[in-house]
Amino acid sequence: MKSFWKKGEPFIWLTGGALSVTLLMAAVLIIVVLVNGLGVFWPSRVATAKLHDGGAVMGEVVRSEPVFEGEGERLQFKIGNRELYGLDFRWVDNSDISSLEYADDSVVLERMEYGNFYGRFVGLNAESLATTTLQDPWQQLRQAHEHVMQQKKQLDAIDDQLADASRRMESSQRKEKLLLYKGRQPSDPEIVSLKQQQDALQGDFHRLLEQQSEQVSRLRAYTASFADVSGTERVMPLIDLVRFYKPNTMSVFSKVRYYLVRLAELFFGSPRESNTEGGLFPAIFGTVMLIFVMSLFSFPLGVLAAIYLREYAREGLVVRLVRIAVNNLAGIPSIVYGIFGLAFFVYGIGGSIDRMFFPEQLPNPTFGTGGILWASLTLSLLTVPVVIVATEEALGAIPNGVREGSLALGATKFQTLTRILLPMASPGIMTGLILAMARAAGEVAPLMITGVVKIAPALPVDGTFPFLHLDRKFMHLGFHIYDIGFQSPNVEAAKPMVFVTTLLLVLIVLVMSSVAIYLRNKMKKRYTYGTF
Amino acid sequence: MSETHSVMVTDPIVQVKNLDFYYGTSKALHNISLDFPRNQVTALIGPSGCGKSTLLRCLNRMNDLVDVARVEGSILLDGTEVNTQEMDVIELRRRVGMVFQKSNPFPKTIYENVVYGLRIAGVRDKTVLDETVERSLRNAALWDEVKDRLHESALGMSGGQMQRLCIARAIAVNPEVVLMDEPCSALDPKSTARVEELISELREKYTIIIVTHNMQQAARVSDYTAFLFEGVMVEFGITEALFVKPRYKQTEDYITGRFG
Repeated sequence: MKSFWKKGEPFIWLTGGALSVTLLMAAVLIIVVLVNGLGVFWPSRVATAKLHDGGAVMGEVVRSEPVFEGEGERLQFKIGNRELYGLDFRWVDNSDISSLEYADDSVVLERMEYGNFYGRFVGLNAESLATTTLQDPWQQLRQAHEHVMQQKKQLDAIDDQLADASRRMESSQRKEKLLLYKGRQPSDPEIVSLKQQQDALQGDFHRLLEQQSEQVSRLRAYTASFADVSGTERVMPLIDLVRFYKPNTMSVFSKVRYYLVRLAELFFGSPRESNTEGGLFPAIFGTVMLIFVMSLFSFPLGVLAAIYLREYAREGLVVRLVRIAVNNLAGIPSIVYGIFGLAFFVYGIGGSIDRMFFPEQLPNPTFGTGGILWASLTLSLLTVPVVIVATEEALGAIPNGVREGSLALGATKFQTLTRILLPMASPGIMTGLILAMARAAGEVAPLMITGVVKIAPALPVDGTFPFLHLDRKFMHLGFHIYDIGFQSPNVEAAKPMVFVTTLLLVLIVLVMSSVAIYLRNKMKKRYTYGTF
Repeated sequence: MSETHSVMVTDPIVQVKNLDFYYGTSKALHNISLDFPRNQVTALIGPSGCGKSTLLRCLNRMNDLVDVARVEGSILLDGTEVNTQEMDVIELRRRVGMVFQKSNPFPKTIYENVVYGLRIAGVRDKTVLDETVERSLRNAALWDEVKDRLHESALGMSGGQMQRLCIARAIAVNPEVVLMDEPCSALDPKSTARVEELISELREKYTIIIVTHNMQQAARVSDYTAFLFEGVMVEFGITEALFVKPRYKQTEDYITGRFG
């Protein structure tokens, strides 16, 4: 027994156990996210439950659990039809159900508003019927819907024109404000011409709005009626339908197709229904751009600072203190950075920019409000210690002989740095960047007060001059998770989206890290000593 | 030190006069005076910590890199004072090359290693670079072994080859003096023999100052030998004379292996 302890057998078990626990926890996390996230878009069958009391429930069976008191189970149905029932979900005791069946004619509608509808298709109205040439009612619905969607594209064009007009209006008003601020009289010819321009734009605006509402009311005339499980019929404009399908009769192939369509919508579509449905494109874009802009600031700053600290600064008390301070910076809670970012970047720098360059806009802020630039700067402040520490370590790991070898050949310190040391340290620096990016991708708290919003009206990059709008507010996957998970009015219905968003965020970090790791390994092969 | 510790050198290239060296408050070299003869191999021998390497690193001012180091006294390279603020260290190091104990090739190709000194000096002419590579590698007795893989990484070479590459790299910039700090201490006997052979060949073109622990090596390759002990230069003379008939007991004790 004594030798058992002496050999350190328990220690091996202890260390191995610690590693397994860590791996297990990480694996469970990933598996939970995967299981919950991947299945969201798979169309599940719609059940119709007849109850003993004569009622009926229709919807997707989400889960079952033991009844709290007594025996048996109860099932949770996603019943949808929010405008009819008020709630999306309903618990039904198994003992209350007389029969559970999956009717072929059950229809699921995905709608622009009020969530899913579960019921049966009844028929099209006369206007809709006029657009179709087919016989089968279900195919007729499909064709009519397609027709309406085609027409809707004109509506999108009007939307674009409206946005354009409002942008021009804004810029004209800005010019006017600026002139007034400079002390011009309202009777000044330039201001008068601006006023005229605004009036013309106003006219355009109204004309477009009228066109739009006319179009909408025309399109809304195409309707179809559906009946819920209790037989209540509802007439719905086709334009409000996003997608409709009969899950109980779908083949595996069409289910896969449906899944891919939903996936494409996720990646490239915009959110709707206060973010609980639709796509995540603005949030994905915001997240990636945030990390990118953050790297643009923190990477050079961190590397340069580390070079000074390691290569130029004279080793001593001050350098040691700076090093301790840098390490401590990495441990400060991120919300503190957020508050600092708000005070320093947003109100301090942004406010100064506003006072200096956009005084006519005040009190409306231009840069003095949260935006992707300020959020990126705040995050780069947060991640710069990581880059500094990694770069310092990478430089420190280079054998001194290499430095001396270069200097002994008559190289300056700068030449040694750029030609020998930085290439050799690049894998380590890349590691730092990976860690920094991963940390930045996961931060939400500091963003919430420096520029993230629930729904951003426009992306930070678009087709209007100057194309890159770093002052704009943006959406972010991490905040999205928090928002739909905890701030949404219908948390239960938003839950699948929470998992999907989480999965996506993990995926983005994974993809970005993989690219960085691939680059790092390529560098490693080139620059490190294999023989020492 | 009186003149009796040393022999007269008629054509010195490096002259060290009354050199004191301090690491912080501790004195590592005491009043060293020594003339290094041109186009000869001079060996610095002595027990560990006697200051041989420190003296060597004073000659191309590598000690500048040590924050706490301080040098007092005079070092003349061809009559020019080295140990002043005005001296261009870059220029000095180009004239006084160095090979280190541990071979330190850069993580670049063999070709780029050799032309590094030229590149940082701003030479871009491809023919000059090519010629230099061939000449230096030939002089370093490495050409035949690596001529077919000049553009492969230098890190794939054997230890002996790497050290010869470092020698080639040092002589590529045509220095006047080549300092060697125990160049064979990490090499096997076969590689050592090759490097020693190389040193003998190089003496025609360059002045070589070599620090070595190995007294047989000093006897084999050097023309002159200086024996240092505890920061003091005990004896300097023609190698044969010093080894056959040392004038001081300390020298005799050391070379006969009684200590050190």
